[in-house]
Amino acid sequence: MRLTATVGATGFTFHGLRDLLAKASPARSGDELSGVAATDERERVAAQLCLADVELRAFLEEPVIPYEQDEVTRLILDTHDPAAFAPVSHLTVGELRDHLLSYEVGSAELAALAPGLTPEMVAAVSKLMRNQDLIAVASKVSVVTAFRDTIGLPGRLSSRIQPNHPTDDPAGIALSIVDGLTFGCGDACIGINPAMDTVTGTVDLLRILDDVIHRFAIPTQSCVLTHVTNTLAAIERGAPVDLVFQSIAGTQDANRSFGIDLALLVEARAAALSLERGTVGDNVMYFETGQGSCLSAGADHGVDQQTLEARAYGVARHFSPLLVNTVVGFIGPEYLYDGRQIRRAGLEDHFCGKVLGLPMGCDVCYTNHAEADQNDSDDLMTLLAVAGCTYFMGVPGADDIMLEYQSTSYHDIAFLQRQLARRPAPEFDGWLHESGLVDEHGHLLPVARDHPLVAVTRS
Amino acid sequence: MTTGDLSGTDAAPARRPAGTAPGLASLGAVTSARVGLARTGTAMTTADLLAFQSDHAQAREAVHAAFEVDRLMAEFDAAGVRTVPVATRSGGRGQYLRHPEAGRRLSGSARELLSAEAVDSPDVVLILSDGLSATAANRHGVGFVLDLRRRLLAESLNVAPVVIAPFARVGLLNDVGAALGVAVAVIVLGERPGLSAPDGLSVYAEYAPRSGLTDADRNCISNIRPGGLPPAIAADRAAELIRTMIDRRTSGVGLTVEYDDPSPPVDRGYGRNGWIASGGM
Repeated sequence: MRLTATVGATGFTFHGLRDLLAKASPARSGDELSGVAATDERERVAAQLCLADVELRAFLEEPVIPYEQDEVTRLILDTHDPAAFAPVSHLTVGELRDHLLSYEVGSAELAALAPGLTPEMVAAVSKLMRNQDLIAVASKVSVVTAFRDTIGLPGRLSSRIQPNHPTDDPAGIALSIVDGLTFGCGDACIGINPAMDTVTGTVDLLRILDDVIHRFAIPTQSCVLTHVTNTLAAIERGAPVDLVFQSIAGTQDANRSFGIDLALLVEARAAALSLERGTVGDNVMYFETGQGSCLSAGADHGVDQQTLEARAYGVARHFSPLLVNTVVGFIGPEYLYDGRQIRRAGLEDHFCGKVLGLPMGCDVCYTNHAEADQNDSDDLMTLLAVAGCTYFMGVPGADDIMLEYQSTSYHDIAFLQRQLARRPAPEFDGWLHESGLVDEHGHLLPVARDHPLVAVTRS
Repeated sequence: MTTGDLSGTDAAPARRPAGTAPGLASLGAVTSARVGLARTGTAMTTADLLAFQSDHAQAREAVHAAFEVDRLMAEFDAAGVRTVPVATRSGGRGQYLRHPEAGRRLSGSARELLSAEAVDSPDVVLILSDGLSATAANRHGVGFVLDLRRRLLAESLNVAPVVIAPFARVGLLNDVGAALGVAVAVIVLGERPGLSAPDGLSVYAEYAPRSGLTDADRNCISNIRPGGLPPAIAADRAAELIRTMIDRRTSGVGLTVEYDDPSPPVDRGYGRNGWIASGGM
């Protein structure tokens, strides 16, 4: 492995694959915070020059976190598919970039290749790509999942209704849900981040969501984004659980800080599958991720945050999820400082997730202490939609009053669908038409005061 | 916030484009979410757009506003309360945002300054910082700290001079508390502003402060502001929390306090079920 390169008159030396990956990564505050980032652009390019010449098989021989220390590394290497890897096993990282971008590699080739690529390989190639490359390759990937509707088909763009409320007030949540439905949102799921993270609260919210979905025969699924152990307990109490949610990260230690391990996720998935609540598919898992989560847990092992994020996708794909999204701007400016860094990270995450075979969505978002605003969100969501992003969040007016950050709005979803001529999942789109919420052009219709959906918020 | 009123007064009904569910407009009382917003095509209407930008501008201002240390110290002085201004290792707002750990440590000279105060063997120290909302600290900081201090004095506790610490994170409790040798260290600081509330304060307290304590060793009262948890009630709760820590000689996740006033808890942890946004910690 070549570990030295010269840029201009200056020579740079690196210390193994982990160091190369970190220093080749486009600049971001989290890697600077942890001390693994390149010191300047010349060192970054030198690392990219070296990384481009690394043979892909080196990633199988030199894990960034030792096999003995980390169950995520073991999962990645133990489930690596040599047959799927064969077509690219002779390539370097730089050659993989050219291969992925070529006309000859399309949707079928990428799907066949996914089990042969490790998260680290995909992270590495992303570091050599410009934003347009990340968009071009991701847009060629097709990942289709299903539960009560079918997510990820060509020409589709889905959304999660995120009707959070600071005190989990049922009427307030119901109002936000109805508002979202009238904007044609909610086909990915209706998913609440609960303010009170208890089993009883989870069960109560699940019953509200189940009631709305069944009363109006909406082809979608519900989720309460609570800890996996709460969802397991809710299942034991007979609660109507569609999807099991969990935040996941790219190292065993970070996952432990979340109170989970792989065995717990296996158990939770089995429990959800046993309920057999899906009608057109059985993808029952919903994961959220985000760059910086390992570092914030002190569990980064000196690996850069983007590579660790890709490793989280290595975890996710083992569980055939219905939905995965990166909450890209939520964690704060010490990890992603401004709109530019958030944009780059969002495109990287979507690319890595898709190439690894995941139904990748994105919470395009920012907090008020990051250097970002609504224009940054407009830019990223549009770029991601062009890249074929599976779904986005729908939050009333983009203002999440419980989590206190800005995401994408119901209006934003309608904008993206109209601008890029995309529709929601077919089953859900049919329901929108039947319910008189959209016309034959897919335009949103005025909602009458006596529309049953509106009436329900009065009860 | 302006959008809390969903009756359509911002976007006059006559201009409300066809498309909004009019029936939703009257139901805004159950949530402060921006529901029932009008649309033109798929876009927000001008009034709603500008209302949002107005709220965002206030939130941004809260993060970047100057912490009015001189004015606040003069107010404490006028109330007969001594203050000790200290510096953290954060050199400015940019470093504060990028390097949270610098805000958790005292500068060398500040440590010496505080050690000199330890001779009075105080039981409790109250620290006031801008945190992530200087607006919150500037507006409510002095009043809240004086209120809390009075309650502690009424319980015959020996309270150290108020420590004024710009660019502090919650973890500064360890350094300040250890330098003074107090039983309980308390920090009052501006929390990460949301669109609806740019001026919320949080209180964090820990028992037997020392190097190595983490959030798991602390207790928190958040969203302190008029319109959130009223400052007077928050001061009652904080005093009760501190008293309980001293009585039980512990703090953190194991300590639960049944407050006399059982109004609804507004303790948003900013948690996203595992990982936590950097909400001023």
